[in-house]
Amino acid sequence: MMPWQDDPDVIVVGSGAGGGMAAYVLACSGVKVLLLEAGRDYDPVTETPMFQLPKDAPLRAAGTSDKPFGFYDATVDGGWSVPGEPYTSAEGTNFMWWRSRMLGGRTNHWGRISLRMGEYDFKPYSRDGLGFDWPMTYDDLAPWYDKTEMLVGVYGTNEGLENTPDSGPEVLQPPPAPRAYELLTKKTCDGLDIPVIPAHLAILTERQAAERLSNRLWPDNGLARRVTRESMASRAACFWATPCGRGCSIKANFQSPTVCLPPALATGNLRIVTNAMVREVTVDAGGRANGVHYIDRETRTDRFASAGVVVLAASACESARILLNSRSSSFPDGLGNGSGLVGRYLMDTVGAGVSGQIPALENLPRHPEEGASAMHLYMPWWLYGEQARGALDFARGYHVEFGGGQRMPGYGAFSGLEPLTEGAYGQRFKEECRRYYGSFMYFDGRGEMIPNDDSYCEIDPDVVDQWGIPVLKFHWEWSDHELNQAVHMQETFAEIIDAMGGQVLSTVQTDGARAIAAPGQIIHEVGCTRMGDSASNSVLNQYCQSWEVPNLFVMDGGPFVSNADKNPTLSIMAIAWRSSEYLVEQLATGGLS
Amino acid sequence: MDPDLVAPVVPWDLVLSEDELVSLASLCDVIIPADQHSPAASALGAHDFINEWVSAPYEGNERDLTLVRGGLAWLNTESHRRFDAPFALLGAGQKAELCDEICYAPRAAPGLEAQARFFDKVRDLTSTAFWTTEEGMADLGFVGNRPMATFEGPPPEVLQRLGLT
Ligand SMILES: Cc1cc2nc3c(=O)[nH]c(=O)nc-3n(C[C@H](O)[C@H](O)[C@H](O)COP(=O)(O)OP(=O)(O)OC[C@H]3O[C@@H](n4cnc5c(N)ncnc54)[C@H](O)[C@@H]3O)c2cc1C
Ligand code: SF4
Repeated sequence: MMPWQDDPDVIVVGSGAGGGMAAYVLACSGVKVLLLEAGRDYDPVTETPMFQLPKDAPLRAAGTSDKPFGFYDATVDGGWSVPGEPYTSAEGTNFMWWRSRMLGGRTNHWGRISLRMGEYDFKPYSRDGLGFDWPMTYDDLAPWYDKTEMLVGVYGTNEGLENTPDSGPEVLQPPPAPRAYELLTKKTCDGLDIPVIPAHLAILTERQAAERLSNRLWPDNGLARRVTRESMASRAACFWATPCGRGCSIKANFQSPTVCLPPALATGNLRIVTNAMVREVTVDAGGRANGVHYIDRETRTDRFASAGVVVLAASACESARILLNSRSSSFPDGLGNGSGLVGRYLMDTVGAGVSGQIPALENLPRHPEEGASAMHLYMPWWLYGEQARGALDFARGYHVEFGGGQRMPGYGAFSGLEPLTEGAYGQRFKEECRRYYGSFMYFDGRGEMIPNDDSYCEIDPDVVDQWGIPVLKFHWEWSDHELNQAVHMQETFAEIIDAMGGQVLSTVQTDGARAIAAPGQIIHEVGCTRMGDSASNSVLNQYCQSWEVPNLFVMDGGPFVSNADKNPTLSIMAIAWRSSEYLVEQLATGGLS
Repeated sequence: MDPDLVAPVVPWDLVLSEDELVSLASLCDVIIPADQHSPAASALGAHDFINEWVSAPYEGNERDLTLVRGGLAWLNTESHRRFDAPFALLGAGQKAELCDEICYAPRAAPGLEAQARFFDKVRDLTSTAFWTTEEGMADLGFVGNRPMATFEGPPPEVLQRLGLT
């Protein structure tokens, strides 16, 4: 369906979390949107391998260099490397950049963990003098968190805990019942004063109240109300059986191509062009953005699309890359880069984990434990008081994601039993496998990284990709805050496993550099085009609008000023929604031309 | 990579010889024999999975090919030296004599480190192959991968066992 043929009002680059949400809000608001996506078209309803067994896939669906998270993972042409699209690293930097080339980008396989940033998280500098403050407060964004959660469908509860915000009334979906190992962990952690509460995940535990929610989201916009209601009504509730990382053909979890794009298309205001690899944004004589050049990947030809407004949402690093590659006489250092901050203050999340074996969970009566595939409970950061007293050697918090249970056996489900069974084989080995099934657990910390001057990306002048586009070069340094935090994570998890009567199976490091996951590995790439309150200290204003080029926006993880322990995607979407409403207002009042 | 996820195929050729597969199947069954609950590993194709694994064109798999081939050759050489027959034709006690020497790395004699690594690799691959089949999952009592209207959490007997009531 080609709803219209003339020039769009807005070009959105990238169809993932940020771009999908921008396209939805703009199209619903009557703005004509052309969405350019580098990856191929992708339909989760027909392409998701819902019930396929590991044994039906090559290598029992084990991860390989070309499918790092396993054969069935919903990542097309991507992973830690994309064929023909290299990136480089400064010496001593081992940054890992996860990309995928498909409609919806990384929202097809993301972990669905959807935590709000709290009031502290918007003003970290004011609290401890490190990093930078956001130009907005939690209260500024809260209404859009509500809207995003209502559209997306997020399960969880309101616990009223410090810096762990409650959602508005009747916004959240009910949380799923906790699993056995989750309850056992909670009981243990109660004794350690570590809170264990329902997790927040972008998964429908019941069908959405389509009528009520669409009315609440769009009280004054009949078109938006109708397309939203119809889209919500087409989504099923989770049926507690299949891994979310493969995607969800019944649309029970959040993917941009099942939640954002169908209603946007139904407005008639959205046109999507896939296989469109954007290389640069062009400007007119007056220094306003007037379109983008992109490579059509199928014909390998350069194309141009013009529009009055350009929104970049190609992922934090890729949007920075596009800006840095958009050089002109008016913008010799890259578009909107007068501050020199494009590419700067790149952040990931601090990650460190410990695995263990819990005898209490051996030989448990079998029962369904897959649930909503990911966690039903988690631990929000709990040591704010200790940090305020200076009792910890790192400044910011982390939350804990943990898992285990009687899951579908896949590749490696019984690997590594040699040390536990003293080399059992034969009948004894078979019985040991039955006994150990469901008794393994892991704990993963996800912590805040403080932005620093030495973690950034820039254009590598010596290397281009297969489309002729200069590539990114990454630079990275951790500070002691991150390294010490990673050590604290591993020590804490070992303590929990110990208190559960279990044995720790992985090495608990005392050296943070050994405990911490590689930069980029947690795939919470944010920063590079940060927002701020002035053109000298930031790239964008609080509405993701370029200070220098008012009809240019960045609506992915790029605008992030800090990277709280809360996984970023819910915030990316809430900020994109808020910024898109601002964009619509500016269009109406002529503020962008 | 953009393979068809709904109808997967193994796109590479399998490299182990008939003879190697016979030895491997025999070792798989030593690792997971039949009992009253489920068949032996080779009856569920564990050796064929290991062939698929070591034939795959990835770095780690290529290393495993050498490890597995070398290990199988050692098993047969040793079988001939001690019992004048290939491994697959040995009696249960003779197979156990060989396997006991390499089944646990900390107890393997000096000079048998590679053989112990080989044995552990085949044990891991055999258990993956075996427990991921329908028969293996049924033996474990895995009850998922089928839609449910509600998720109820653990049954009372589980809560009781864990002291959570
Ligand atoms: C395994 C995994 C688990 C995760 N779990 C979580 C989680 O539990 N919670 C959470 O909050 N986050 C999670 N994330 C992170 C989450 O996926 C990202 O934060 C989110 O998708 C970022 O949204 P985005 O719009 O910036 O980028 P993306 O979703 O990646 O979308 C960017 C899109 O732009 C396209 N694009 C790129 N370059 C160009 C170009 N030059 N021209 C045109 N199009 C282009 C890409 O193909 C892609 O489709 C996870 C990520 C991974 C990989
Ligand atoms: S666990 Fe639920 S939401 Fe996730 S893929 Fe399966 S059915 Fe969909």
